[in-house]
Amino acid sequence: MPLLDIQHLSVDFVSGDNAARAVDDVSLTVHPGETVCVVGESGCGKSVTALSIARLIPSPPARYAGGTILLNGKDVLRMTAAELQAVRGAVVSYVFQEPGASLNPVLRVGKQIREMLQRHRPDKADDEEVIRLLRLVQIPAPETRLRDYPFQMSGGMQQRVMIAMALASEPRLLVADEPTTALDVTIQAQILDLLRDLRRRLGMAILLITHNLGIVGDLADRVVVMYAGQVVEESPAEALLKNPLHPYTRALIASVPQPGRESERLAAIPGNVPRIGNFPPGCRFYPRCPSARPECATTMPELREVQPGRWVRCLYPESL
Amino acid sequence: MSLLEVQNLKVHFPVRRGMFRRASEFVRAVDDVSFRIEPGETVGLVGESGCGKTTLGRAIVRLIEPTAGSVRFQGTDITRLHGTALRDVRRKLQIIFQDPYSSLNPRMTVEDIVAEPLDVHRIARDARERRRRVQELLADVGLDPAYADRYPHEFSGGQRQRIGIARALALEPKLIVCDEPVSALDVSVQAQIINLLQDLQRKRGIACLFIAHDLAVVEHISRRVMVMYLGRIVESGDARELLRAPRHPYTRALISAVPVIDPESKRSRILLSGDAPSPIDPPSGCAFHPRCPIAVPQCRVETPRLEGETAHQTACHLSGQTKSAPRAELNKGQT
Repeated sequence: MPLLDIQHLSVDFVSGDNAARAVDDVSLTVHPGETVCVVGESGCGKSVTALSIARLIPSPPARYAGGTILLNGKDVLRMTAAELQAVRGAVVSYVFQEPGASLNPVLRVGKQIREMLQRHRPDKADDEEVIRLLRLVQIPAPETRLRDYPFQMSGGMQQRVMIAMALASEPRLLVADEPTTALDVTIQAQILDLLRDLRRRLGMAILLITHNLGIVGDLADRVVVMYAGQVVEESPAEALLKNPLHPYTRALIASVPQPGRESERLAAIPGNVPRIGNFPPGCRFYPRCPSARPECATTMPELREVQPGRWVRCLYPESL
Repeated sequence: MSLLEVQNLKVHFPVRRGMFRRASEFVRAVDDVSFRIEPGETVGLVGESGCGKTTLGRAIVRLIEPTAGSVRFQGTDITRLHGTALRDVRRKLQIIFQDPYSSLNPRMTVEDIVAEPLDVHRIARDARERRRRVQELLADVGLDPAYADRYPHEFSGGQRQRIGIARALALEPKLIVCDEPVSALDVSVQAQIINLLQDLQRKRGIACLFIAHDLAVVEHISRRVMVMYLGRIVESGDARELLRAPRHPYTRALISAVPVIDPESKRSRILLSGDAPSPIDPPSGCAFHPRCPIAVPQCRVETPRLEGETAHQTACHLSGQTKSAPRAELNKGQT
């Protein structure tokens, strides 16, 4: 049984009489111990999907318009407040993009980690366990560092503290929403390495949200590509990067400059990312698609399995 | 004659502490940097946050006053210019900023934003010429000239960056400092802006100092690349050569840290331990030595100078011997 099983999730944002669909019929699964990457650009619905797993988006303005989110077999969308509290932390923990904005600036980091322990493992809520967690995320001199305030730490160290907090409750699923976007590349490499190491040692599943395809190649078992609120492609990571099926995935990979790859011009995708509430009819990538045909403008393609494990939402996917 | 010649440039910011706010310490944001840019050439400047790359870019256009050293633009040292003379130089020296959301005045129309440099330098003779010029510029950067009456909030990030580029082009500059022009944009839009900059620069022969933290972007657009660490240039050279055969251990680590899409590239990653130290009190000797996997005692004492043939210079005591041997050494350092 998958640890996380999202089926046909739709999320609207309601404002007055208007509702804009941010997530449209999204299905994705994460099995125990698996690392799944959700890739997409701003406004594609990746963060809303991720936050929905623990129902972290207040409704209103969000409205869960349909679908189910089975976490450990139970539907998050039908849970009571008390049931939700029991799931948050214990089953799923989060790490966000900006550690500086996620940590409480007036509490020492040790205290913040201890709060998590008090909530989830009260018998272990002591400095010894805090130090063990800080050591787990490879913070040097944890005995003294636990008395630091967040401002005394660099961005990379703050993100390690965030990860330590997320791990304090021993979750089975870690959702990391752009965890390295605010960090420098050498620090990003450290954090990715840490996540890889933790996955191996703790056997934890990771759902990683990113816009960076390079991270996918580095870490993911499976990849879900989102565009304009929908899943447009899902595939094992290596197959996707080697042979992308959806024109959007292909264009995205081609548009990223890579060190050592020589090309006179980058293959830019024309136009802009469509805004929520303003998605084109038919295939949503149609206006920017290099291989669009007339019927793409009117027919919304279904997400279909074209090869075992490889799903694509395109009328004319790239040849296999 | 080089278009731009920077010599021993230093920018130190005082850190004021205590009751009398005396400057007891200095942040050495840019510390003894020298380089040249030839007419029409694109030079990339890479480094991580806090390395001083933005300060260097701003000091060149004198948005920040240099502490010492000289910046010669077409032979004139612009660090000593004032008033009209400085304004005349700035016609030829423009800058594009990182964040297209905060660098455009939200209360001005696109026409007024793009025409502001024309107004400052009194270039357009009348309103009609001003409008015609703005429309040409918008068309040049790939925007519909009909957008001239709109406001910045009506545009996406990529479109706003195009407006910023049109503004920089308005005075037909000889050199543009591009300070992280694509890092705030969506991936699929970044390539558009990079291509646009490349086209404009080729068509008009504009020289460019391209500042970025992304090595791949810099390699793509520049012929020559400089790598900066804690206020100093640690390596500089031909872009391809530098990426293929980096000599400075920091450059090597930086290259190996870039996540690569190709699943078949099984590179050994060099993980640097720790963070970059504070530029207030940089480490003695080579500032990179505390994180350097191949440092020797000499590195702690003596600051290496940028040396080597002009095509590829390195500031490392070990650069002469690092061609092959330290590779293995470096790989051992990975965790």
